Amino acid sequence: MQVNEYKPLIVAFCCNWCSYAGADLAGNNRLNYPADVKIIRVPCSCRVNPMFILRAFQRGADGVILCGCHPGDCHYTSGNYYTRRRMALLFSMLDYLGIEKERTRVEWVSAAEGAKFAETMNDFAKTVAALGENKRLEDLRCKK
Amino acid sequence: MQEIKREVLVNKASELLKNGTVDRVFGWKKGEFDYDITPALFTTAEDIENEFVWGDFCGANFSKYLIKETGKSENKVLVFLKPCDTYSFNQLLTEHRFDREKVYAVGVPCNGMLDTGKIKSSAEGISKVTDNGDKVVIETLFDGEITLDRNELLPDRCLNCKSKKHVAYDELLGEDGAVLDSNRFDEVEKLEKMTPDERFAFWQNELSRCIRCNACRDVCPACTCEKCVFDNPNSGVENKAATNEFEEKMFHIIRAFHVAGRCTDCGECSRVCPQHIPLHLLNRKFIKDIDSFYGEYQAGAEVGSRAPIVNYTTEDIEPGDAVRRNENA
Ligand code: SF4
Ligand code: SF4
Ligand code: SF4
Repeated sequence: MQVNEYKPLIVAFCCNWCSYAGADLAGNNRLNYPADVKIIRVPCSCRVNPMFILRAFQRGADGVILCGCHPGDCHYTSGNYYTRRRMALLFSMLDYLGIEKERTRVEWVSAAEGAKFAETMNDFAKTVAALGENKRLEDLRCKK
Repeated sequence: MQEIKREVLVNKASELLKNGTVDRVFGWKKGEFDYDITPALFTTAEDIENEFVWGDFCGANFSKYLIKETGKSENKVLVFLKPCDTYSFNQLLTEHRFDREKVYAVGVPCNGMLDTGKIKSSAEGISKVTDNGDKVVIETLFDGEITLDRNELLPDRCLNCKSKKHVAYDELLGEDGAVLDSNRFDEVEKLEKMTPDERFAFWQNELSRCIRCNACRDVCPACTCEKCVFDNPNSGVENKAATNEFEEKMFHIIRAFHVAGRCTDCGECSRVCPQHIPLHLLNRKFIKDIDSFYGEYQAGAEVGSRAPIVNYTTEDIEPGDAVRRNENA
């Protein structure tokens, strides 16, 4: 008998200028990361407003990770600094509402860090898998 | 009881109307019950003389009303502002939401406004409410009268008043107060100390009562977007639908997030919520976090200040560390 292993659905918002290219590099180098990581390309990590994150959860994501350029390396100079403040406040609020803090993460991954990209995704997928399905943030109204 | 008498406000309003400084006056009118005072716009001294009400239920913050009202005429409108209202007033000026030249602001001292919800839940069939200073007498239709401590009837915003000082006005009636050392973050800290499961249960209980009337958004002087995300019929979340655990949390997180850094903690949202949801505990969490991550900041304390959420330093705390910090606190 085959037991289906639970695989978490992960949404990864990746900045076009760094981590999206980092994901590419990971692929070119044949590095493995879970196929259940769904990448959404954004022009800057700062493009991601809190609604994006919550909406991903509402629609059934088990974990949401946001990847941007390292502080100081933003293609638009300062976008990721705003991201950092916003997400610090948002994550803290989610925690305040009793939502597992391991389900969200921000990671800075450059275009040259294919290995870091794969590592980050593997690690995040493992953490989220340990938490199990996202129940506290899903919203049946939004699920298709 | 309010330390300043109704006559003082009425005389001031009539004087300014008659000498042409203003041609409209924001004030309050009697409603169905003693505790049902409604905001109103007056245009004649006669109406003011007859209908203007001032007392313990004049809690409405008029700052937001100025956005529409100042757009209607070139003349000035008179507005009475409690100390907490002046912070919203400044914040709206910072956001260029109304023309300062079209407003004549009169600061009024405040002894705390009574909580309508607490009054209503303290007795059945209320016919009259009288404030004697320390005590409030509630007369009822069938059970005689009951006397309560005034302090017990104050809403959270007044019990934890952050300031009796007016930060904006053209003229002040009575004495100005001082910025206070309030305990407004105590409740937030209590929640932070609970386990995540306890917190989830707490908020689940509170937020599942939400009927999505949007009153908290409509009244908020920081929520002034011409188009609000929550009016989008394609969002799937514009109406109430009790489906599962998440329920209205998305609305509440985003509402509070959109005003983070601009919320002056005026307490209007909690005041108007028909379900008595302690919305201030969400707003104050953001205020407390902003204070501890980026340095103390009070929205509306001065015109033109830059909110920490639209600012940054290269050394800011990482989101992961911000959350872990809560754990160790
Ligand atoms: S005022 Fe209260 S019930 Fe109405 S939407 Fe806001 S929280 Fe919900
Ligand atoms: S969120 Fe509530 S306390 Fe803050 S400004 Fe709006 S109405 Fe006032
Ligand atoms: S909830 Fe957000 S979008 Fe809606 S009025 Fe308030 S700030 Fe604007």
